[in-house]
Amino acid sequence: MANKYLHIPRLRRVYVWEMPVRFYHWLNALVIVVLIITGFYISNPLGLLSHNDASHQYTMGWFRYLHFAAAYIFFFNFLFRLYWGFVGNKFANWKQFIPTSRRFFTEMWAVFKIDILMLKKNGKEQDHLSIGHNAMAGFIYFLTFIAFLVQCLTGFGLYAGMSSWWLPKLFAWVPAMFGGDILTRQIHHWSMWFFILFAVIHVYLVFYHDYVEGRGEISSMGGGFKFIEEEMFEKNAHQTPNPEKKVK
Amino acid sequence: MNNEIIPKQPTYYEEVQRKGYSRRDFVKFVSLMTAFIGLEQSAIGQVAKALETKPRMPVIWLHFQECTCCSESFIRSSHPIVADILLDKISLDYSETLMAASGTQAEAALKNTMTKYKGQYILCVEGSVPLGADGVYCMIGGKTSLQILHEVAEGAAAIIAWGSCASNGCVQSAKPNPTQATPIHKIITNKPIIKVPGCPPIGEVMAGVIVHYLTFGVIPELDRIGRPKAFYNKRVHDTCYRRPFYDAGLFVESFDDENAKKGYCLYKMGCKGPTTYNACAVTKWNGGTSFPIQAGHPCIGCSEENFWDNGRLYERGSSFAGFGIEADADKLGEVALGVTLGAVAVHAVATNFGKSKTIHEHQAEGNESEHELES
Repeated sequence: MANKYLHIPRLRRVYVWEMPVRFYHWLNALVIVVLIITGFYISNPLGLLSHNDASHQYTMGWFRYLHFAAAYIFFFNFLFRLYWGFVGNKFANWKQFIPTSRRFFTEMWAVFKIDILMLKKNGKEQDHLSIGHNAMAGFIYFLTFIAFLVQCLTGFGLYAGMSSWWLPKLFAWVPAMFGGDILTRQIHHWSMWFFILFAVIHVYLVFYHDYVEGRGEISSMGGGFKFIEEEMFEKNAHQTPNPEKKVK
Repeated sequence: MNNEIIPKQPTYYEEVQRKGYSRRDFVKFVSLMTAFIGLEQSAIGQVAKALETKPRMPVIWLHFQECTCCSESFIRSSHPIVADILLDKISLDYSETLMAASGTQAEAALKNTMTKYKGQYILCVEGSVPLGADGVYCMIGGKTSLQILHEVAEGAAAIIAWGSCASNGCVQSAKPNPTQATPIHKIITNKPIIKVPGCPPIGEVMAGVIVHYLTFGVIPELDRIGRPKAFYNKRVHDTCYRRPFYDAGLFVESFDDENAKKGYCLYKMGCKGPTTYNACAVTKWNGGTSFPIQAGHPCIGCSEENFWDNGRLYERGSSFAGFGIEADADKLGEVALGVTLGAVAVHAVATNFGKSKTIHEHQAEGNESEHELES
């Protein structure tokens, strides 16, 4: 029976995203959406005409409360992900994000040519296999981690003044560095747009990879698995940004 | 403050009496000042004792690139003793604006204080120092303000940078800063500097800083930016009487609308209260009469660094240099979002051409498997 399907590649199931990574991903997505919506409200609240006294409603108060609560979750989730970059599997490893080898840049260039410019080689379409993040994606995620850091620093910096807890107070130096809250707030606001633009491109590319490669890109963040053609797996298993470690 | 070195100077209390104020007036003044500088009630005695026993502190008040609003604010602080005793009649050895002397007499008074009280006097600086074109933009008696500042700061015990000009450059240092106006702390780095920003600072705050130094002989506790914590540790927003409207989400939408009449929060009118640290909402102005927000005007954040370059006065978002006057972060973000969506759409369409063979192969594979299942 097997012979009958020889021309159809067999797929190997690879466990790419561990449970903690998936949990981190979706929690992060949720709190970022909450942070963006509440952040927009806080920066430019809707005009409400109300005959109520101020004491009867707490609209801005609730938006701010949600923003701060989501920010705490975001912060600890972020810390957890950094930790997981050292103890998680090879696809979650910090080396997937920070260029530490020449190969990383070579692969980034390859991804750029194949997935963005869609260049052909000798008239043939090219396929690129990265079982985890490709080098380009890894590097972009590294930039998002920097954006996370900027938002945590400026956000908790602004929050420090009204908090009595030691943790936010650790960030009190941030507004002082920028000469006050005004610039700090603006940096916080500008950086937020990075998340929106990132989300658009990120979601699109996930669909793109799933559509073009058919390896289960979208569902991988649900169940954790990707499906790799047997022959590609044999040939290119080492083609991840982490060449030192071979897939066992 | 070292008492032995400044002999034969009358104490503040003696001067107060000489000016005809009663003991009761004096104690009222002391209580007021103690409260302003954020001390507990038990410190009233300490402040009174300091003013009774300590001799007057020599003060040199230099004016550089400024508009004198700081001096104006100071002499209008709520208690007459502030202006009368601390500043006008007693303490001030040299102040271009307020002294009677002029010309060589004034220069002599300055020199006299500098030599006689070397290491003792307080230097108050109002205004920024222009460094551009060798400092010719602000010269007094043939010297540039930079020269004067260096000379006088040399023997000062401490420096008080009055107002936003001296603390952060204020309007003269706004872009493009043609005179290279520079705040004091960027020029003098070896003396304790107390920044008292504001345009102008509140008179009581200014008096409070002096009284604190007088009482304890050390500069008051400063925040990370160098401002006295007693006055600058709270946001105007957090002490504002309109704060409940903010929390409730009730905002003035335009000046003179119904909401403005109801006294709603001025946040959407560009109020900088949430990012401004000052005592305006607590101490208020003109003897506790009012402050900008109470008068229906949003805070413009005058005591914050670079406040002239921090964006428009009546909007919270700041404009982006090089993208037009109306372009703020959100407009720019919307354009970037549009461009991104466009690029994504183009890429999505291009994918179906550029990767058509791969996609068709996968499709064929998938279809074949599907047919196998049917049979």
